Formats: sequence, C-alpha cells, structure tokens
Amino acid sequence: MPRITISGTGAVSPAGWGVPALMEALDGGARPEAGEIVREIPGHEAVRTAVLRVPPAPATLPKSPRLRRVSPVSKFAVAAAIEALGPERMERVMAGEIRLGVICALMNGCVNYSNRFFGEVLADPAVASPILFPETVFNAPSSHLSALFHSTAPNDTLLGDTAEIYTALEVATEWLLRDDCDGVLVVVPEELDWLSAEALNLYAEGCLPAEGAAALYLEKDGEGPAITNIPDPVALGPGCDRAAALREVMAATGASDDGATLLADSRSGVARFDAAEPGWKGERFSVREVLGESFTASSGMQVVVAVEELRRGRASRALVTTLGGNEQAAGCLLER
Amino acid sequence: MAYSADRSYPAVLRPVAITGAGILTSMGDDWAGNATGFRAGRTAFKPVTLFDVSRQRVGTAGQVDLPESVAGIGGREWQRMDRGTRMALIAAQEALAMAGLSGGRMPVAVGTSAAAMPVGEQYYLQATQGRSRRQQLTRVETYQPQYQMAAMMRALEVQGPLRILSNACASGANAIGHAFQMVSEGKAERVLAGGYDALCQLVFAGFDSLQALSPSGIPRPFDAARDGLALGEGAGFVVVESLEGAQARGAKVLAKLLSYAAATDIHHLTQPHPEGDAALTTMERATRAAGLEPGQIDYINSHGTGTPLNDVAEANAITRWAGDAVGGIKVSSTKSAIGHLLGGAGAVESVLCLIALREQFLPASLGVREMDPAVKFDLVQQPREVAVQRVLTNSFGFGGANATLIFEL
Repeated sequence: MPRITISGTGAVSPAGWGVPALMEALDGGARPEAGEIVREIPGHEAVRTAVLRVPPAPATLPKSPRLRRVSPVSKFAVAAAIEALGPERMERVMAGEIRLGVICALMNGCVNYSNRFFGEVLADPAVASPILFPETVFNAPSSHLSALFHSTAPNDTLLGDTAEIYTALEVATEWLLRDDCDGVLVVVPEELDWLSAEALNLYAEGCLPAEGAAALYLEKDGEGPAITNIPDPVALGPGCDRAAALREVMAATGASDDGATLLADSRSGVARFDAAEPGWKGERFSVREVLGESFTASSGMQVVVAVEELRRGRASRALVTTLGGNEQAAGCLLER
Repeated sequence: MAYSADRSYPAVLRPVAITGAGILTSMGDDWAGNATGFRAGRTAFKPVTLFDVSRQRVGTAGQVDLPESVAGIGGREWQRMDRGTRMALIAAQEALAMAGLSGGRMPVAVGTSAAAMPVGEQYYLQATQGRSRRQQLTRVETYQPQYQMAAMMRALEVQGPLRILSNACASGANAIGHAFQMVSEGKAERVLAGGYDALCQLVFAGFDSLQALSPSGIPRPFDAARDGLALGEGAGFVVVESLEGAQARGAKVLAKLLSYAAATDIHHLTQPHPEGDAALTTMERATRAAGLEPGQIDYINSHGTGTPLNDVAEANAITRWAGDAVGGIKVSSTKSAIGHLLGGAGAVESVLCLIALREQFLPASLGVREMDPAVKFDLVQQPREVAVQRVLTNSFGFGGANATLIFEL
C-alpha cells in the first residue's frame, strides 16, 4: 500500500502571498490590520463590515489569457497551486510527464463576479455581461487551474461547508490509488465581497470575514508527511451536540491526546463556536484566530500549517479538525 | 467512504447495479410520466413564470409544475427547501422506493451547478433593498447547497457522508460516476446518487447574455441551422449498489452500471475543443473499462445541447470513437424535449437511459429539419421501438468537465 504524501503546500492569506508569510503570521500570533467594506444603500444607513483582505497581488503571478479577467478567487487558487507544485514539478506537469488531477473545494466560491453579474441582471438583463457569467460558475477556478497546467486529467469541484477540504483530500487519495493521475492538487480558494462578508456577519456576529487560498500537492510515496487517516465526516443536524460530533471525528482518526500530537483546530475566537472545541494536552494552533474566517480556505490553511510544522520537526504527528458551519465535523491525521 | 493508510486498495473491482431510479422533469414527475412522454415524442417547453423574462431574448424553458407538498414531508420542512431541492427530494424518493429502501446508512453523491441559487437571489434582493435582516439570516444559510442537501437527507432518513460535485453541466454524471467508483471499489455497499438544478434568474440571464439560448425557444440538437439551447429544470437520482449485495437482498436490478470516465477539456472556459478531444477520451476510456467495442453500444444519449459548437464537437468525437462502426451508432439528444438541466442533466439523462433499457425504445432528437453534415451516426429523430442492451451517456460542462457512463440491461 503506497503512502499518500503531501509533498507541496501553497497559501494566499491576509498575511500575504505564500506559505512563509502564513507561517510568520502564525508564529507571531498577531492579526493583520482589518479593513472595512462599506456598502451604500440609497435611503438607508451604509452597511460597514470589518474584513481581512489579501494584500495586492505580486507581479509574479503568471500571465495567461485564461487569467485576464478572472474573479479574485481564481487568482488566489492559481498562486497557491503554483507554490504547492513548485517550479520543477510544474515544468514536468506542463511537459505532460505528470498527469495532474485538480480538486477544488469551495463554500463561498466566485461570489464577487456572481454579485456583479446579478447586479447587472437586475438593472437590465438584456445588457448583462457575457464575460462575467462563466466566471460565476463554481468550477471556474478549478477549470483555470487545469488549463494553466495543460492537464486533461480529472478535475472536480466539491461544495460543502468549511470542513469540505477533508472530502477533497479523500477524493484525491482515491484518484492516486486508482492511478487516475500521478499527482493531485487540492485547492481551497475563497474570496470576499460584501455579499459574503455581510452574510457571515449575519450568521456569526464577531467572526472576522477573510479570504485567501490553500493548496496541497498529493502524490504516492513522495517527500513529505503522509495522510494516515481521513474518517467519514460526522453530520451536524439541527440541535446536535457539536462538541460530541467533533470528539467522534477525533476518535475516528485514531489520534490520542497524548501530549505528543499537534492539533490544528478550527477555533475562530467566537466564544459560542469555540465552546465545542475540545481541551488538548499538546500543542495547538488556530489559523482563524489570527487570519479570520475564510471558509474552506481557512481549513486548507490548517492543513498547510500542520504539514509545515511536521516538516519543521515540531511534532511527529498532527491532527487537523474542523467543526463546519452547518454540514459536518471532519478531520484528518498526518504523520511525518 | 473514508481513507485509511493501512487499508489495501481492492485488486478486484465489484460489479455494480442500479436498483432504483427517480426522475422529475417538465415532461413528468416520475419514471412513468417521463417514459410516456418520451415514447410519444412530446416536447415540454412553456413560458417561464418563475421570474421576469420580459427583457430577455427568450421567454420559454422546460419549467416544472411542482406539487404544493409531498407525502411524508412536513410543511415547514418543505417550505425551507428551495425549488431545486424539492425536485431532488421527489426524484430521490422515487429512486429509494424503487430500490425497496426506506432510508438508512449510505453515502449520497449529488451533482448541481446553480444549487439553491433561487434562495440566493432572494438574499441578494433583500440585501440590496435594505429590508429587514431577520429573513436574511435564514436565507444566508438555506441557499448553501450543503444545507439543502443535508435537509433532503434528513427528510429521506438517509445517513451517510455527503459529496456535492459542481462540475457545471457534467455534475450529475460525475456524481453517479463517483458513486460507481465507491461501490465498485468496496468503499460503500450502496450510494444514493443524482443531480438537480432549478431554473433561476441568474443562470437564465447568463445563458441569454452568452446568446446560447435558442431565440425560437426550440432547441434543435444536430440540426444544420440549430441556434441554441433551451433551459430546463428537474432532477434525477439512482441507487447505485453492488450487484452481489442487490441480489443478496432480493432487489430488482434495473441495469448494470459498467463504467465511468472523466476528463478535462482545456480548450476554452465555455467552448469545447472543435474535434471533441476530451469527449473522445471519456468515451474511449469508458468503453475500454467496460470491455466493449463501440459497435456494441446500442444507443448514445448525447450531451447534444443544440448550440453550434457543442454539437459539432460531440459529433466529431463520436465519429472518431466509433470509426467504421459510426453509421450504426444510434444517437439522440433528450434535451430537445425537456431542455438542458445543467447540473441535473447528466443524472436525468442517465435515468432516461435506464428507461430506454427497461422499456426497449429510444427517445428522439426532436426538431431536426436538416441534419448537420458533421453527423455520421444514426440520429434518432422519432421515438424508436428497438432492442436495447447497452447505452452510453455523455455529459460536458463549462470549464471543460467531460464525463461518460455506460449502462447495460
């Protein structure tokens, strides 16, 4: 049985473009300065929403006809994916030596262009822009990734709550074991817009909306931590015991609170959600407490940081768990 | 489901059966209604009344008449479901009932493109009009597809991991394909799989803006002068089960699901490669995996939208795939009768393939006046009573998602 390894990581976050910026922010523990989205509504008080934005894109992003007019979510996805692949592997993928599968997991998706397009439709559907519409579709970012890397291997976009990345990782293991491809990029990009920022605030007052992307490159027997276990997610029905659901996932991974396992949890700093997160004897870190809530991207960053900490030698085992918003509690166990 | 590093990958794949199927389209709200309509060669397009289309080029679609309620589902529960989820629930209920199941533990794989966007539109309107935020709070959650599908699963009393695929118009086929793989590889004993999409203004206006909708409202797939697609709505679901398990519990096997293949067309975000490269790949892989030659496929339910670029690409792909056997390959597009169901299309068309197999007739490609010269196969233009043993269905989507499924009686 081959080891399924995570041999590449990438990230775009309010801390900056790249995994080093992400790690630096978490090591420092200081939240980047929040900005604000102000939305004027004629005849009503303006709606102001505090948010954590990704800084302006560096000039190093590739130039491609596909990326000329894309929503921010696709730019985040591309940058994180390129970092996770790395230059050498990217060259081999583009040369057709590596069959690259792509899986994007999203909750929010291309909300920016959807919002703009719907605004145009409501103003006058007869003149709504045909350029915007194709970018409103959930699988636009994953499509751009396959096109950019010239990969005709399978490409799936999965929808779910903030814990959807674990399903994406599981599907990636299926593809690798079945030999559908030689490597799989799992990318979890999310973007901000007043529509999603206000929505998050309605649902979870006190949560700081954010954006970004995380990318993981999976292959068989590569360099890097291996995925040991991805248990079935536990459904979160109305009125369910969220803490019990999370404990069930943790137990199913086979990880124990032995003081030697690193926990990447999903605490956000919002007391009513964090109450369900368990006590933990060993080290733990919380991406959302520092970098806000960027939906599936935050969960992807949890995995990225766990991989990086294993590489640094801070632990030999890492448990990553996410208590999703309204669908599932899920997680995975990684070993160095 | 689940992954564990110490579990070995199966050396032998299990045969897979379909034991239940459910369908809801503008043609009818169940298997019988659709079978009757397609056998009669009817179309089911009507003026769109769900939202204002007065400023758009096209005003018709395959709009579904949804019931006010469904037996066994509480009023409040029903009200909280968006239009698409209600359709999915009805189709999934039929599939489970046909399979002799009443809920239970099984993974659910669902394909959708717009998902609960009608609720999202209400949320947007409420936000931009500055009205009370109380209702917004409900809408912000209920327009998320996972929330709606989780609600459907609770209503069906199905417990299991949920996998929602959104690969545009191939989503429904991809969902059934994932279910096939889970069952054949022993990750699940059975999976409830399907796809759905409801008409909504954002998507309707989107296709209109691309000038992809037929101005006449009549889609004519594979017609030389075809001028666009018609949208439809609905849902299709199947119970995908190991053949051995199905036989052991005495379930009626509707058909065997022989294979699934997926590939990505990287030519353009919305246009297929003119020669249909990715479609060729999926058809070749699916037939090879099933151990079949193209000549052994009795019928292809094509993606066949009625848009100029799509139909030619698919016709070219079929010609390249079939080679010398192309003249004997029978093909039709059921979108000519019910429209393009987007994320639901692949699942609904899979159920139509099952109907063709079980009822031994081929549904037609309607509205063809003069055949496109790219068509080298036998385009079925009238419903045809014929022996059908094996069928193949193609689905292609924006972003280059391509999928093929093969069923056998």
